Amino acid sequence: MSAARDIAVVAYARTAPGTVTGDLSEVEMVLPVLREVLGATGLTTDRVGFVCSGSCDYLAGRAFSFTMALDGVGAWPPIAESHVETDGAWALYEAWVKLLTGAADTALVYAWGKPSAGDLPEVLTRQLDPYYLAPLWPDSVSLAALQARALLDAGVTDERELAATARRARVGGPEAAEPAVLPLRRGDCPPVTDGAAAVLLAAGDTARMLCERPAWIRGIDHRTEPHALGVRDLTDAPSARLAAERAGAYDPAAAPLEVAELHAPFSSQEVLLRRALRLGEGVCVNPSGGALAADPVMATGLIRIGEAAERVRHGGARRALAHATSGPCLQQNLVAVLEGDPS
Amino acid sequence: MTASAQPAPLSAPLTVEFPFTRSLGPVQSAFLTGLRERTVLGARTAGGRVLVPPPEYDPGTAAELRELVEIAPAGTVTSWAWNPAPRRGQPLAAPFAWVLVRLDGADSGLLHALAAPGPEAVRTGARVRIRWAGRRTGAVTDIACFEPDTESDAGSAGERAGEPGADRADAPWPRPHAAAFADPVTAVTLPARLEYTHTPGRAQTRFLHALAERRILGERCPGCRKVYVPPRGACPTCGVATAEQAEVGPAGTVTTFCVVNIKAKNLDIEVPYVYAHIALDGAGLALHGRIGGIPYDEVRMGLRVEPVWTEGSRYPDHYRPTGEPDADYDTYKDLL
Repeated sequence: MSAARDIAVVAYARTAPGTVTGDLSEVEMVLPVLREVLGATGLTTDRVGFVCSGSCDYLAGRAFSFTMALDGVGAWPPIAESHVETDGAWALYEAWVKLLTGAADTALVYAWGKPSAGDLPEVLTRQLDPYYLAPLWPDSVSLAALQARALLDAGVTDERELAATARRARVGGPEAAEPAVLPLRRGDCPPVTDGAAAVLLAAGDTARMLCERPAWIRGIDHRTEPHALGVRDLTDAPSARLAAERAGAYDPAAAPLEVAELHAPFSSQEVLLRRALRLGEGVCVNPSGGALAADPVMATGLIRIGEAAERVRHGGARRALAHATSGPCLQQNLVAVLEGDPS
Repeated sequence: MTASAQPAPLSAPLTVEFPFTRSLGPVQSAFLTGLRERTVLGARTAGGRVLVPPPEYDPGTAAELRELVEIAPAGTVTSWAWNPAPRRGQPLAAPFAWVLVRLDGADSGLLHALAAPGPEAVRTGARVRIRWAGRRTGAVTDIACFEPDTESDAGSAGERAGEPGADRADAPWPRPHAAAFADPVTAVTLPARLEYTHTPGRAQTRFLHALAERRILGERCPGCRKVYVPPRGACPTCGVATAEQAEVGPAGTVTTFCVVNIKAKNLDIEVPYVYAHIALDGAGLALHGRIGGIPYDEVRMGLRVEPVWTEGSRYPDHYRPTGEPDADYDTYKDLL
């Protein structure tokens, strides 16, 4: 849906891509990005109207781990705060709704993941249907590989295109060609990455006051596929397309999309999403390197929104699309459309 | 005391185990009981599609699904992926192919493993058949895996002698089924085990290293000057890093306490005993510990205590009275 009140990304920070920060606690990882977005806008926690975070206890294996990270915000005396147990893009969605209601003018959104603490593909089996799928422990790479095979069989892509997508995302060594779970090779899969990201949202004149060129969220929507993998057409993501449509991505009166940041941890999923979202040749996809270059799970989707906003705020783009996903084989999809004021 | 060089990071194995016991609705119960009886059931939607495994609600219309039909134990591979290094818990220990199989009579795919010598032996469109587990309990793992089916063609009956329904070998799939079994499974217990390497972070690593040397090291907030012990790396009031170290204690004051009368599992401490909040001298908040060396009914607010380390331990076993006069209430009232 589109907004009745103008809300924008006014600041964004992320930890360095591609790092594993084993010696840092979660709050130690989160603190620098929180300080960076607050510092960029001159805000302090007590002047932020709403705080919302995204993370998952299963990554580090600790219950209520978000409460520890909350220390980094400065949550005492009590602040207006919420948390989602999924990617931070959904925390941003909640914050956007909060700002729409007029209950707050600014919101701090942050997310982090420390998947290096466990075996991520195995940990992600625990998000699956507990009756029919979880007892088989099908890891996330294997499920993505089933989707990649479906795309190859349908003639949607070929191994050359997958390899080219993987190469563009990051500098691949010779190991990129080694089999992971065929047809996926190691270069088609994301590296284990720890990291955090923060985004500051503001409404209307507050946004204009806090930064020079706000990245206005013109629309944001999220949709889901049927939860049974075997019911879905794994070569398409109709829920992502519907979310994009509802977020205004195909508004014929709007400026053309110039940039798209797609949350595609696997090369095959980037190919699928370009097609499902009907992104033309003129759209620059994943200039940040995307999730294939760095996948700090639970922050990866929020980073897509932050990176798309950066292209609008500092990269001269007029209009950008950001996509976030959660679940196996692009199960849930969120799309935001961001715009800068005409220059 | 100022910041010192960061000691080597600590880490420790952390295993999380949790058995989920889940009750089954009528559809899941019939499907899983059916597997136990070597019978595959699917759900028929109002639109005529047959979905396997059967969902409880139509993914297209959200209508409740109750009509179950029997599906063939053989079908066609619709997608596959070669798993060269099976993980713990996966259906086969040797390299195998994950497959989505459209069983004859079904309109959706069932995820499982296919036993195959190598990726060159697997293809989309291949005919496969269920290999039943020897011991079946009413779980999706009652299907041990799929195996190549050299005997059946798509749409044909394809039973083997002795399998349920073999007497109706010519009937087309799907077939009507009452979906009523003796002694149906009504719940499943799903054990989960995940292994992690826990790292406590820089602040707690500094704290734990010092503790092993019998020093208690807090960290001071550069904003409000409060000293946190144990430190977590950030001041929750100011939201900034607490990098300046400050040694506290070792003695402290009991600010509040409780008498524990319930013996904890795996804890070799006689009840009743006292568990207390202790404000170490110089600390900005109280930590908690057990009080020993004094009858439980003589512990009081304001009691002065000190840590007791046992030989070889990295942390204090308990706190005992120092013998000093009790602290004045005003000295700790803000730390309650």
